[in-house]
Amino acid sequence: MSLLELSSIAAHYGPSQALFDINLSVAEGEVVALMGRNGMGKTTTIKVICRMLTESSGAIRFAGKDMARVPSHRAARAGIGLVPEGRRCFPNLDVRENLIAAARPGEWTMDRVTDLFPRLAERADQMAVSLSGGEQQMLAIGRALMTNPSLLILDEATEGLAPVVRHEIWAAIARLKADTGLAIIVVDKSIRELRGVADRAVIIERGRSVWSGGFSDLHHDITERYLGV
Amino acid sequence: MIRERYLNLAIMLALLAVPLWAWVSDEPFTITLATRVAILALAGVGLNLALGLGGLVSLGHAAFFGLGGYAMGILAHHAQTYTPLMESPFLIEGTKSMPVIWLVAVLVSALAAFAIGLLSLRTTGVYFIMITLAFGQMFYYFTISWPAYGGEDGLSIYVRNGFPGLNTLDPIQFFGLVYGVLALVLVFSATLARSRFGLALAAARQNEERVRTVGLDAFRLRLMAFTISGAITGLAGALMADLNRFVSPTMFSWHMSGEFIVFIILGGVGRLFGPVVGAGLFIILEHILGGLSEFWMIYLGALLLAVVLFARGGLIGAFSGPEVGHD
Repeated sequence: MSLLELSSIAAHYGPSQALFDINLSVAEGEVVALMGRNGMGKTTTIKVICRMLTESSGAIRFAGKDMARVPSHRAARAGIGLVPEGRRCFPNLDVRENLIAAARPGEWTMDRVTDLFPRLAERADQMAVSLSGGEQQMLAIGRALMTNPSLLILDEATEGLAPVVRHEIWAAIARLKADTGLAIIVVDKSIRELRGVADRAVIIERGRSVWSGGFSDLHHDITERYLGV
Repeated sequence: MIRERYLNLAIMLALLAVPLWAWVSDEPFTITLATRVAILALAGVGLNLALGLGGLVSLGHAAFFGLGGYAMGILAHHAQTYTPLMESPFLIEGTKSMPVIWLVAVLVSALAAFAIGLLSLRTTGVYFIMITLAFGQMFYYFTISWPAYGGEDGLSIYVRNGFPGLNTLDPIQFFGLVYGVLALVLVFSATLARSRFGLALAAARQNEERVRTVGLDAFRLRLMAFTISGAITGLAGALMADLNRFVSPTMFSWHMSGEFIVFIILGGVGRLFGPVVGAGLFIILEHILGGLSEFWMIYLGALLLAVVLFARGGLIGAFSGPEVGHD
């Protein structure tokens, strides 16, 4: 049974239609890569999943529940954890406070997050604004985990980071997949790394989900046609 | 730079030392001034929860200050005149007991803050400022046209209300009581700021959308903060009414709300002891400069301008540096 199911989703920003026909399903414990070129609707799809944008038609179900009228904070409480694009921490809170502010009861605690990202323990009393880009990203992932989600969404989690930090983030995602039953949606441009962690890929092109399948079926003609690589 | 916690301790000791010195020197007026500082600081600490922690610039907190004041005035008036406040459907009589009056003042102010917050927190920025101002002025004009409790002339209470074990008519004992309340509220405020609720409220001030993505309802957080903030300001109103033994519609005036904001800006927005420093400085300036010229507020305006331009963390920030965490 799917944990998340999007059927024929269309969405608008004011009068402009951004999504036309998105179909996406994520099973429990599954890692799905959401791919596509810039401006094709990946982040908009994530906004719909997190209820930050309401669909104009179509249906969205999460854990068997219709999410049509659910506001974004209730979606997060229902188990959808988002690591937003651009490492968005709470800049004027320190690392510990960022994590405490988001904490909800469950198996993810401060200790478990700092076990995943030991650097956060070293920086516990440091203001988020003074962290490096990589550390802020780790904090953003840690903060999302502290909400104890059943679906974690990582929107461009490694964008703009140094190779060594990117490697750390990918290793953490792989560890999350191996050690937890967490379903994950990863938005990223790095096909090589996605291939290493994701079970399946969904490609979005001009607001439509145009391809879905395993990475073994993701041939060069598809990546060239939809991703330009 | 002085660590903020040492500076806070020094401020608290100074606020205690001045009236003690005045008591030894037999200067009851100075004790009354210090009591006034402590009460206004209390009102400022209340507003600072909404403004400093939650980013809610309320220009209507005088409404809660006035409600607290009138809660005291009305209850004490009925106790003094031996007339019941209400006879049906059940009998409610007045009281001269401070703890009971405080409880009523806190509950009434909290209830009003909840109702006002429920409507006004749906707006932001200048609209929020205007709506809170409008609510404050509604109470102001209502009390002016309410002859049962003095209308525009206000309501005098002949004897200060009582507190078990204390002679509240003795200025130093009443100061001690107010100082204790202020200390307790400061501890409560510091604890609240460090709690998950306080952190979430601060996070909501920084970015509302981000707090929603971690499952927090920014509106509910702000409503709760606004309600607590109103309740504390209401308590300060009840104490001020007891200090003056008089309540009048001016307690509801927008000038009062403006003064609370001035205390916070002078002392430091979001700084725990900001309103204490701001209220202290305000009363000192009013006392010293007010004796020299009736236009003393011009100097206050210049000082406020200097603080806004050159010391964004207020006077606390000027001495202890920019805020780091929640020291």
